[in-house]
Amino acid sequence: MSWDAIFPQISTGSGFWSPLVWSGAILIILLIAIGIRRLGRKDYKEKTGQTQVFLSGNPEYEKEQMHVKASNMYWGFMESMKWLYKYLNKMHTGVASDYILWFIVVLAVLFILIGVM
Amino acid sequence: MNIYEILLTNSPALIVAIPLLGAFLTPLISRINGKLRNLFAISVLGLTGFFIFWLAANIFIGKETFSYVFGGVETSTVIRIIFEVDALSIFMAIIAIILAFVGTVYSWAFMKDNTGLDKYYTLILLMTTGMLGMVLTGDMFNFFVFLEITSISSCALIAFRTNQGFAIDAGFKYIVISAIGALFVLFAIALLYSQYNALNMAVLANAIKYDFVDKIALVLLVGALAMKAGIVPMHMWLPDAYGRAPAPISLILVGVTQASLYGVLRVVFTVYGGISEILKVNAYLSLGTIVVILAIATMLVGVIMALKQFDFKRMIAYAAVAEIGFMILAIGTGLYLVGVGSLGADMAFKGGVFHIINDALDIGLLFLVAGSVYYATKETSLDKMGGLARNMKYTTIFFIIGLLAVAGMPPMNGFASKLIIYESIYQASPLLSIVAILSSIMLLAVFVKVFHSAFLGPAIPKFKNVKEAPKSMLLAMLLIACLIIFFGLFPDFIINNIVEPATNVLTGGVLS
Repeated sequence: MSWDAIFPQISTGSGFWSPLVWSGAILIILLIAIGIRRLGRKDYKEKTGQTQVFLSGNPEYEKEQMHVKASNMYWGFMESMKWLYKYLNKMHTGVASDYILWFIVVLAVLFILIGVM
Repeated sequence: MNIYEILLTNSPALIVAIPLLGAFLTPLISRINGKLRNLFAISVLGLTGFFIFWLAANIFIGKETFSYVFGGVETSTVIRIIFEVDALSIFMAIIAIILAFVGTVYSWAFMKDNTGLDKYYTLILLMTTGMLGMVLTGDMFNFFVFLEITSISSCALIAFRTNQGFAIDAGFKYIVISAIGALFVLFAIALLYSQYNALNMAVLANAIKYDFVDKIALVLLVGALAMKAGIVPMHMWLPDAYGRAPAPISLILVGVTQASLYGVLRVVFTVYGGISEILKVNAYLSLGTIVVILAIATMLVGVIMALKQFDFKRMIAYAAVAEIGFMILAIGTGLYLVGVGSLGADMAFKGGVFHIINDALDIGLLFLVAGSVYYATKETSLDKMGGLARNMKYTTIFFIIGLLAVAGMPPMNGFASKLIIYESIYQASPLLSIVAILSSIMLLAVFVKVFHSAFLGPAIPKFKNVKEAPKSMLLAMLLIACLIIFFGLFPDFIINNIVEPATNVLTGGVLS
């Protein structure tokens, strides 16, 4: 039996992809990781001071307050891309007539490019 | 002819007739019993699915095309419509029926507290009829009729929750877009009819001269259908519609969008596939370049806008826009490579076609997860969610599967198709691969944000008593998740048996 029949693969033109081989490799890596973890310290005690959050001596907030909300995530990315979002927000007006306007613009560009070329 | 042969021969008609008849029977059955109505709708779609898979087996294995003539067999008969079912048509029909079936199973529990469900299931069956008709027909005017059926039923379903202003607003925008798009399609069909006195796609393909009027018709058809497919900058209706429709309808709408994309492919590759070699090279070079530019814009705008959303379904809708970008990037690059005479075009088309089915499953699963979260919490804003993985373990697992798949992470199905796309578009320009990979990474970032804000984090007191989604909803998600994993682990099986025959239909006229 050939290797391909046991572990089917797809050709991508300049390479190949065999999901079963990849999954097998990941499984082995996972087993090794679990093995290493089991070698760790066994004197860990749950629900003691070992598991308390330490914020430079400051009191811990309520857990609900410590959850990072969706609108606060990727703050840095949003700040640095503010210039782009300014244009994109302007583009997404939510007005149906603007949607049609974009359609007409695309049609005009297509007319010029396909009609001339 | 025995009963087996009679059924097989008539299956192209039955595939459209069964859900159509089912749609008209649903309100009657609804008067008897609500559960019976739900079961009836699921059975109708199951039976339609049976005929689709049966026909698909014959097409994929037997490598034949099925034709079905409505009206007179004689060419002189005035009313004569032909259904041409080839590997690409049946490939799209498989996607449509999977989404419709799973959406209907999911609706059983998801919609149970709503009124007007007789109309809801009737509209789902009509929408399915429209989608299937669009992908099976070989006639341009018939395509327009089914496009209209799909648009009207979709609009009603988007605005189904009439007590919510946003839903009605989204439905209104959708019908405006659809009506204008359909008018342009009709105008283009009229132009072609005036030129060649024919509406049949195969007849038009042989007759088309690619003169100025033909070019106008091409632009109108491609433009209008591209708008319905949600290509940037004509995508803006899509987050409104997907975001405001009930979750199972958002799932089925993915199929509607893809049916419009199929329309673009049919027009470009079949109707305009028969033009002379010299004209073809010029046409494909210019069209390929335009499509690639639109694809890059679609991917980047989709993913960048998704990143800033905090409404769960609206975020998925923008991710769906980005995913459409991947498909058309592959198709556009394929066209461009045909124009420059490169051998890599075949691989690009294959990646694009494979990604159509993968996108439907991946984005579809995420919409169902969003629906489950809404069902359990009555919240759509990610800002108000957190810690849901504690009470919704199965939904969380399905979300992780959808996240990995849509972001193109191995070993999921999205990775297999995206890998083919990356490698094939690299032949046109390495920069295209870089942009595509960057978009995929950003898609991962989008859904990591959802995972963290909705499913991880401390338990939120108001969600303390949140329960897992009902069984029918879990079953629907499980069905799609199993398909995603199967397609991911055995992409060779899907590519060799389903994708390649469908791609060959596209490339048959182009690479010959």
